[in-house]
Formats: sequence, structure tokens, C-alpha cells
Amino acid sequence: MSLDTVSIAKNTPDNKQPFAELGLKPDEYARIKEILGRRPTSSELAMYSVMWSEHCSYKSSKVHLKQFGEKAPHSDALLVGIGENAGVVDVGQGYAVTFKIESHNHPSFVEPYQGAATGVGGIVRDILTMGARPIAVMDPLRFGPADAPDTRRVLPGIVAGVGGYGNCLGLPNIGGEIVFDETYAGNPLVNALCIGVMKHSDIKLAKAAGAGNLVVLFGAKTGGDGIGGVSVLASETFGAGGSTKRPSVQVGDPFVEKILIECSLEIFAEDLVVGIQDLGGAGLSCATSELASGGSGGMKVALDRVPLRDPSLSPEEILMSESQERMCAIVEPEKLSRFLEICKKWDVTVTAIGEVTDGDRLEITWNGEVIVDVPPRTVAHEGPVYNRPFTQPAYIDLVNSQKVNVMIPNTSEEVRAAVLKLAGAPNLADKSWVTSQYDKYVQGNTIQSQPDDSGMVRIDEKTHLGVAISTDANANWSYLNPYEGAKLALAEAARNIATAGARPLAVTNCLNFGSPEDPGVMWQFAESVRGLADGCLEMGLPVTGGNVSFYNQTGSVAILPTPVIGVLGVIQDVRTRTPMSFSSAGLDLYLLGDTFADLAGSEWAFLHGERIGQTPTADLAREMRLIELLLAGHSAKIFSAAHDLSQGGLSAGLTEMVLRYSIGATVSLNEVGIGLLSESPGRVVVAIEPNKLEILTQLTSKYSTTLTKLGTTGGDSLVINDCVISLDDLRIAHTSTFPRLFG
Amino acid sequence: MRIGVITFPGTLDDRDAARAVTHGGAEAVALWHADADLKGVDAVILPGGFSYGDYLRCGAISRFAPVMNLVIEAAEKGMPVLGICNGFQVLCESHLLPGALTRNSDLHFLCRDQEIEIISNTTAWTTSFNVGDKITIPLKNGEGSFQCDNKTLAQLEGEGRVIARYVGENPNGSRNLIAGISNARGNVVGLMPHPEHAIDRLTGPSAQGLGFFTSILNAMVK
Repeated sequence: MSLDTVSIAKNTPDNKQPFAELGLKPDEYARIKEILGRRPTSSELAMYSVMWSEHCSYKSSKVHLKQFGEKAPHSDALLVGIGENAGVVDVGQGYAVTFKIESHNHPSFVEPYQGAATGVGGIVRDILTMGARPIAVMDPLRFGPADAPDTRRVLPGIVAGVGGYGNCLGLPNIGGEIVFDETYAGNPLVNALCIGVMKHSDIKLAKAAGAGNLVVLFGAKTGGDGIGGVSVLASETFGAGGSTKRPSVQVGDPFVEKILIECSLEIFAEDLVVGIQDLGGAGLSCATSELASGGSGGMKVALDRVPLRDPSLSPEEILMSESQERMCAIVEPEKLSRFLEICKKWDVTVTAIGEVTDGDRLEITWNGEVIVDVPPRTVAHEGPVYNRPFTQPAYIDLVNSQKVNVMIPNTSEEVRAAVLKLAGAPNLADKSWVTSQYDKYVQGNTIQSQPDDSGMVRIDEKTHLGVAISTDANANWSYLNPYEGAKLALAEAARNIATAGARPLAVTNCLNFGSPEDPGVMWQFAESVRGLADGCLEMGLPVTGGNVSFYNQTGSVAILPTPVIGVLGVIQDVRTRTPMSFSSAGLDLYLLGDTFADLAGSEWAFLHGERIGQTPTADLAREMRLIELLLAGHSAKIFSAAHDLSQGGLSAGLTEMVLRYSIGATVSLNEVGIGLLSESPGRVVVAIEPNKLEILTQLTSKYSTTLTKLGTTGGDSLVINDCVISLDDLRIAHTSTFPRLFG
Repeated sequence: MRIGVITFPGTLDDRDAARAVTHGGAEAVALWHADADLKGVDAVILPGGFSYGDYLRCGAISRFAPVMNLVIEAAEKGMPVLGICNGFQVLCESHLLPGALTRNSDLHFLCRDQEIEIISNTTAWTTSFNVGDKITIPLKNGEGSFQCDNKTLAQLEGEGRVIARYVGENPNGSRNLIAGISNARGNVVGLMPHPEHAIDRLTGPSAQGLGFFTSILNAMVK
């Protein structure tokens, strides 16, 4: 193919261009011509097509996501909000914490190991780009039915990929989720979250400022991998015979990323960059246009200077390549030599490929010929915006009008069978088979990790300051009522860090949905965003950033609406955290919160094939009182243990608690069936020493929260009324599921 | 007492090892793989990680790092050297210790709290323990299965050079449940599990790993 330059484009306005094959609609192509006043060159077409893809431009979601800004609560903690690579919050003592979650769903179905691995790699670079040292990762994962043959291909590969990459980077994996549902068959969800820490003064932004400053590319060489991968893959629905648009998934090299992290942190420490951006989806197209757009707009890049792994790549391919482990920095000329020295120390390839200019155009040349000349904002930030039609799908009224009708255990035998069934259900069973493949110890600061309610890491060894984070989604609830579902997921994530004694501070989200071109799916999305924005406003928690993943569907079957919500909080002294379970006998167990007959969307209903009824209504005022109660109790040091109740209700909660330190419990319940199986939100089980009851009573009264005595700890069984289940039997039920399914 | 902690490209547990050294009461000195300089340290730790990405074979490239020539020379003269996990693999590749670490028998990376039994307390790194002590420290690796030929195994066992064994089910297929070994002189020790991740109850399963880092002080005082 001959080189297509700007001057050729001007002289050949009628050349046919493959815009449709690149995923652009005719009106989008027309708009590019209007912006440029001519047809785009093939390189410009490549850039616009990847940057205007759903994945990079958020063109279908933007109109809804702006609610996170419009409804943003006042927050003193927010240092960097939505729009940068990741949000940054103030956690005190001069520390800033950055965290974000992203999806890598489609590549992980095509090639589970590399898809998951590069998902971790990408989010870690986003965090690094903010100037932070990455300190932990988490991975909420969703799969097709646990016993489906393809799940046995996808799950082990994804888990090995998450571990293979994260372990090699030296990042502790401190939690996540693993959920199975048939709608995820063919559309597994791989969401990856990373947390980083820095001092306030070290925050870096993606902007190319200062004419004459250099554009420096460093890290891995550029190859042909993942060309159009993220952008095209993430924007096309998988369907029968739809294999033509499944190009190679990116291949990760965690060793190179580890070196890149250390090299970058050394560069940051010496204050050698003006702005920085990682190369992720849409590669150089994204990095150059976003950096230029973040600055005054002018930038010149000599594309032929980009170091190549495959010298046969065309300029269009170099612009679209999604080769991993690359960063792009803006460096003042006088600091370049020191920058190069540090790269040399770490054996990192580094090349100055261009400079910031006074103008407002991004100009890219190839051997001296101009192949790109565009206003960068039109590429990076002013892409198409769609106000896609959305209507409440017909199933909503149908499922909401029905009532869950499943067997409710009552006799001792029935209770025993139900508790053991839930303990071993794939969604609730022990996940050690997975988490033992992740390094949770590296860096020596992990305070909590799976199976605790939240992950917690220490960020200062002297003051013991720490952060906790939890990710949650209840897709069954979101399916029945996406508005309430999003609010409930937010409340659950916040509760999960408050049980340990951490105060919720800020929110990130990864919104996984089917095709936005389906008005019903679009309604689920719109309702979820509305619910989350309303919830965040009410709870006073700002959304710091996030990610949208559409087109998670096979044929006409979309995944359950799955908004994964991450809440980050701060704890002043990690040594005082409240553990999720009790390690001694003779404690009293109490339930905080109210239990209703909430079986709609519950695990018990799911196990009986029922996804009907009405999602509980989120009462966030009550949730916030419960959080304050948990924090006050933590400060007063009255809790020996606190554990959130969610999927699987009290049955799952007690199972997890008694098995954690092998201390049994004896509880009595009035309505044993509903008491064990209901998933009413806003509930926590706490263990206290008997002499702490007075303080607890004062607190529950102060925060208007229902307090119910459940029983006591001790023994080697879980005793529920007259039903006795030995811890050995319970442990076998809980721990044998994953090894049986996945070997 | 100054203990060097070597950082290779891809080393991960260097800061953890340095923290453990400090907790044990010594001064940690950072050593860089490319420097032919041991900075006058009294002992050296090769920490865990994936040096050079563990491409080719774990530890196979690190043994050629400039700093390793000095470590090998010093070890042969009696300087205490502890290799943890990837460091153990480097010591085997450097022939300071016999045998090799191969992929775990179930082919998965495995991270878990592992009970081990101290078999020898006469090495530079194990004097704080009693023989028969059972301690729980993290095990985390993909290639932790200790293998060697029968003659070497008989020699290790016969000379009391197995310093720690896994308790209970074999986690990775290591011969004779071997978790760690020493050289004949007892100054060079390789250990697959991670004592540096068990120096306090807050961040580890126990504080029992600290014994390795206090042992070295005893060795020096003598």
C-alpha cells in the first residue's frame, strides 16, 4: 500500500475509504470530512476510527454518565475527578490514593490468559500514569454456568492470566468477586481494579504543555499485536459467523511492565515529566491526541522514529497498535538526558518522537511527509455523542408482578440441607482454588484480602494509615430493577469496608451491559447510571472515574445488567480493624438491621431457577446510619468481629464466619427459613464480648438500627435452632465445589 | 551488622526482605544486580520475585549478573547467603546449592500459609530455631518443586543439609517434602517459602519467619 499523505488526500477527495470496515458509520465518516475540510488520510481514518469507537469515546454512554458530574456531592477529598486516567482522593497525612476499575471482557473470551493478563496490565499503567506507585489489585470476574464445558476453558485461563501478570508485577491481589450465570457464557466479565498511592505533590496529568517540550515514548517496542483489538473487539457483538472482526488479542509481558513501573517511578521522583499518558486501547492514536488535547493542542510527531518490533508495520498500523507496556511522556529538553539515563539503568527502550508546538494541530509525519494533521480535541474528546433510544423492556413488568415461590426450609433436616447447599453453591463456595493462584503477600502491607469483606492495605508503616476497598454488584437485583440494583450495590460496597472500620470516601465503577443499540439494554444502563448517581449524591460519595463495557451479548441475549461498584475508604490505624470473624468462644452474636421476606434476586431463588419478584428498595439513609454505627462501634472498640450479609443471606454469612477460624456458633431464629435465606440489604452480623452490650445498645438506639440477638460463639458446630451441622461437614460442602469443578 | 538485599530486574520481595532485616535488628543495604560491589556487607539475601521475568528458566539469567560473581566468591569464603524463592532458584542455577526447582506438581501458582518443620538449626540462618519447631509462613510460587538425583538427595539427608520440610500434604511435589536446604558449610541457605512475609501478625500468618533474620545476628556474634 502506498503512503497516503495529507497532500494526496487533498487532491483525491473521492477516493473510496474502508470506513465501514473500521467500524465508522456513514454519518461519522461525513463528520470527519467536515472537520478536516477534506477526506481523511488513511492514517487519520485509523485514528478517528479507534478513538471514536464505543470503547474509547463513550459515545452511547456519555449523555448518561454526565450525571456523575451534575449530581456530584460536595467532597473535600476529591483531588482529581472524572476525565483523567484515574481519580485521586486525599486520604490524609499528605497521601493521595488513586484507584480505578476497567473491563477487559471481550479479549478474555477470545484468549482468556492474555485477555485477563493485559487487563491487569492496562489498569496498572493507568494508576502509574497518575504518578502513583501501584499497591494492590482486585478482580471481579463473572462466568457462564460453573459446570459448563466452556467455563472450564475460560475460568482457569482467566485466573491464570490475572495471577500470571499481577504476581509478576509484585502487586498483591486483595479481593474481587466470582459469580456464575448463564448469560455470561460467551461473555465472561473480567474487571480489573488497581489502587496506587502517592504524595499530593506527585500527582501527574495527561497534558502536553510548553512549546518545545519533547514527546518521549518509552517501554516496549511497537508490534502488530492487538491492532484494532480493544476498539473493534469491544464494539462488536459476538455472534454466529462473526469471526472476521476478532483480531489478535494483545500479548502481555509483565516483566517489561514491572521494569516500566520502577523506571517511571524513578523518573517521577526526580520530577522529569510535564505530562504523561500510558498507551492502552488505541495505542499511539490515543496517547498523542489525548496529551495534545489536554494541553494547548499543538504537537508534532515523527512516526518513523517509533521503535518497532515488526519493521514491516505501516504508519496506520503503528498508530492503531495496542502493543502493551508503553508510556508516552512530555519532557523538558534540558531534562531529557537524565530521563534517558534512568531508562538506560532499567534497560528500557526510549525515543523522543516529537515535540509540543505552539499551534493547535496534531501533526504526524512519516519520513518527512505529513500523514496526519488534525485538531486533537476532535479525535480525543469531541467524538460523536449518541442519545440512543431507551425504553423499559417488556420483561420488567412480567418479572416484577410475580412472586418468588420456592421451598422454604423449616424442619431441622431441611435447614441442614439448605445451609449445606448454599455453602457449596458455586457463587458462594470457598474461592481458595482461585485466590491461591494470586500473591496476596507481596509488598508486605496486606491487612485484609479474600475472603474478608474488603481488601485492606497499609500505606504508612509508621502511622499505620490504610485504605480499604470493596467491589460489589448484584446482577440479579439489577435485572429486576436496575435503578435499585445500582444503589444497593453501592450500599453493599460501602458497608463492606465499614464493617472493618474504614470510612467510605469515593467510588469507581465498571458498567457491564449488553448492546446499547437495544433500547431495553440502554434502559437498563440509563437506570443503573441514574441509580448510582442518585445513590452517590445521597451517600456523599463522589464518583472518581470508571469504565463502560457495552456489547456484552451473544446474539440477542444480553448479559444481566452488571454495574460493578467499587468503594474506597480510609482507616486511620489498620491495627484496629475489625476482623470479619471471631477467633474465640463465648462471644455474643447480634444482627444489625432488619430482615424481611426478601427472596427476589436471592441466591436461594437463583438456585431454584427463579429470577422474578421485586428488588428490595434501597434505603440509603438507613444504610448510612448503619455505617456510622459500625464506625462508632469500631472507635469504641466493641466489635470482636463484623461481617456483612449479602448473597446467601445469614446462612452464607454464618458459614463464612464459623469456618474462618474454626470456631462454631449457636444461634436461634424465630422464622428460620426466611431468617437464613432472606437477602434484605443493610444487615451486618457482629460479635461482641457480653459486657459490651450496653454500648452497642446505646449505639443502635442512637443510629436507629434494629438490634437482634442471634446467639453465641463456640463449639465445633454451627447450631441453628435444633439443627446441628458439624464444622467438618460444612467445610467439606464449602471447599469442595471449586476443586471438583476445575480440578 | 549490614545485610545486603539484591535487586535484580523483576525482583519483587526486595523491600519486604529489607523490612525483615530491619525488624530482625540488622541494617539492610540495597544492592543492584549490575553493580560489581557488595558495599562491604556481612551477609546477602537474594529475595523473591521473577528476576528477568523468569524467562528461559527461573534464575538462569540472574546467575550471570555482575553482582553474582561477587556473591559466589564471598559465599565460597563463608559469607552467609540466604536465597528465598526466586533467590533459592538463583542459588541453584549458580551451583551454590544442588538440585533445581521445577513447576509445582499441579502446574498452578500456589499462594498459601504453609506449615514447615525446622530440620536443622546449625546453619547461619536457622540458629534461632529449635530442631522440630513447626512454623507457618507464606508459600507462594509457580516453580517450587525441589528436585535432585538420588545421590544428591541421599547426600543432603545424610549430611543434615535439609533445613526445613513441608508439614502435611506435599504442596508442590518437592522430593522428601524439602522446603529448604543448605550447602555443606551451612552458610548458604535456600528456602522456598517466604519468612520475610511472616514478621508480624498484622501482615502475615505469624511472626515466626523472623527467626531467619535473628539467626543471622547470632551467626555474626559468634
